[in-house]
Amino acid sequence: MDIRSQISMVFHLDKCIGCHTCSIACKNIWTDRKGAEYMWWNNVETKPGTGYPSKWEDQDIYKGGWEMKGKKLSLKGAGKFKGLKNMFHNPNLPVIDDYYEPWTYQYEHLFEAEAGDDQPVARPVSLITGEYITPKSGPNWDDDLSGSQEYARKDVNFKNLSAQEQEAMFQLERMTMHYLPRMCNHCLNPACVAACPSGAIYKRGEDGIVLINQKKCRAWRMCVTACPYKKSYYNWNTGKSEKCLLCYPRLESGQIPACMHSCVGRIRYLGVMLYDADKIKDVASCPESELVDRQLDIYLDPFDPEVINAAKENGIADSTIDAAQKSPVYKFVKKWGLALPLHPEFRTLPNLFYVPPLLPTMAFVENGTYETTSESFWGAIEKSRLPIKYLANLFSAGNEKTIEVVLKKLMAVRLHRRNVTVGDLPENEVTDPMKEVSMDKDTADAIFRLTSLPLFSDRFVIPAAHREEAMEMLESTADVKGNHGFGFKEPPKRGL
Amino acid sequence: MFNNFFFIGLPYAALTVMLVGSIFRYLNFGFKVSSLSTQFLETRELFYGSRPFHWGLLYLFFGHLVAFLFPRSVLLWNSVPVRLLILEIVALGFGISAFFGLYLLIVRRLKHKRLIVVANKMDIVVYVILAVQIISGLWIAFFFRWGSSWFAGTMTPYIKSIFMFTPDIAAVSAMPLAVKIHIISGFTMIGIIPFTRFMHFLVYPFSYIWRPYQYVIWNWDRKTIRNPKVKWKIHKPTNN
Repeated sequence: MDIRSQISMVFHLDKCIGCHTCSIACKNIWTDRKGAEYMWWNNVETKPGTGYPSKWEDQDIYKGGWEMKGKKLSLKGAGKFKGLKNMFHNPNLPVIDDYYEPWTYQYEHLFEAEAGDDQPVARPVSLITGEYITPKSGPNWDDDLSGSQEYARKDVNFKNLSAQEQEAMFQLERMTMHYLPRMCNHCLNPACVAACPSGAIYKRGEDGIVLINQKKCRAWRMCVTACPYKKSYYNWNTGKSEKCLLCYPRLESGQIPACMHSCVGRIRYLGVMLYDADKIKDVASCPESELVDRQLDIYLDPFDPEVINAAKENGIADSTIDAAQKSPVYKFVKKWGLALPLHPEFRTLPNLFYVPPLLPTMAFVENGTYETTSESFWGAIEKSRLPIKYLANLFSAGNEKTIEVVLKKLMAVRLHRRNVTVGDLPENEVTDPMKEVSMDKDTADAIFRLTSLPLFSDRFVIPAAHREEAMEMLESTADVKGNHGFGFKEPPKRGL
Repeated sequence: MFNNFFFIGLPYAALTVMLVGSIFRYLNFGFKVSSLSTQFLETRELFYGSRPFHWGLLYLFFGHLVAFLFPRSVLLWNSVPVRLLILEIVALGFGISAFFGLYLLIVRRLKHKRLIVVANKMDIVVYVILAVQIISGLWIAFFFRWGSSWFAGTMTPYIKSIFMFTPDIAAVSAMPLAVKIHIISGFTMIGIIPFTRFMHFLVYPFSYIWRPYQYVIWNWDRKTIRNPKVKWKIHKPTNN
């Protein structure tokens, strides 16, 4: 057993209002630079929709992630042989037009235009070439366009839905959507790390954050291909790849990543998970139907004395173990089983989990009116507006059973709370659903509290940053031992 | 004077500048070492330019290297006329492929505004020197036939003499102009490596072949740093 700690996250999709505040916070801090304008380390997509970059989930196009070749786990579009062979031209690299050409507006013209008959306007100019352009796509171009021909119909997750099911989703009365905020998953089995020929991308041992060493990156571009979530971006100006760094400078000083801190819907949770690194390869190469369960098994119970001992032996600090015990992610993912990884079939073992959305799924129309009586809630799961199959394609590699269980749990919590606050339901309508998912009242209340009324400190449990040691994550203080003030120009090393 | 300058002075200057300059740049300006790929801005035309150009140059480079390191074997191979012909045609083929690749790459660069934006002044030098090198090479291959054979008798001893620090330029001084240009531009190319994007072939990621796929860096080892029995050693994290 090789226990490591991993900073992981939960996004509660029922709470996401699609305001893009997270994306803006991230942009302002990290990617508001030349060459990085098109990068959205954090973005929010409307589902059904094509996402960003366009159709990123379609690995027949982009060849991202891992695949099983016989019994061997191998990268789909990169790797030692394919990567080095395709170094001079990577056929699977998305280009800027798959994202969008970044632009700004010529605001100065509003002030400097010569007097004339027409109102001066600020025309859009390309941030690459500086020429006038007509923006034809953008980072959230398909925002709220569920049901549209151009975007929703091209959603890759419809692939194994029947034509009838697909058609139903485009009827005006049945149309539905939910938001999907995305960022780097800081995977346990990262494809970007494996694909990087120069070894510039690495996973930090201490907290599992995946980073790109900008000095070692040589623009071989394989990480962009390999990441199935397309969360590694190529900076065309500097000739280096960049990606979400989970605001590690903020984490190290005990602050929350900017996207999570600014989240208006308070959908984001962050905490530590302890996992067994020896099992990674095994889990990543198991059959597709077992992927979710096996991945959830890799995370260990931080209250188990055996786990605690093994963690301590591995040099994990007490403060980290304590944080793991309080982790909201552990509760959502392991204790309550409410959160699932996005596209587990890519086999990267992502550490960002989603509580699937219940609301768009449940409401449905009968005889021209929305059916909202509590009686029909259970039947509605099968008859829901958003086919379970669709959610299963997103969160459980196509396994509908897994999604159904989660939705039933979420529903049970709602029924229980309605009983507590309104009390208008017959007893068995509350107890039966709770019994079916074997949930007691205390658990339901706990889920409710962490979902609806969590404090800041409940949502974010960062392991004590060890501020005094944070410096050592960047530089060894031993190197400057014996120095004082600004240090010597020459290191205090024994002479010849 | 002319010969001394270009065939003794230039090679040593170029090799020194390349060695010192590349190491200095690698150590002090690591961020600026990159292949500066433009595929992200334009990918289709790059395919037709970059692939033939790079593969062509790669095989030509190793061809020259083999002829320098194993002149006897090359001569032996060439002793049968058919084999000589095959070798020469293959080499010429790679030369032509590199030439067309370069041509397409230059056209591509000039055609797209996006690519002009990311080009720098040294890229012009790179294009010119590559053009001179490839064209003079093709010229030699066509007009001064069977280079793979005469290389062994003239160029191998010359290059060897350079590396042995006993430069002997008798043979190269008597060479036709095309060969002289090829040698001079070749050494110039080596000399400008640290100042151009040529730097990227010095950082070809060979280590990828034998490293494990996953790469985890521990910034510091908590187990040993808290252990009083382990003696204090200077530990430099590898991620910076």
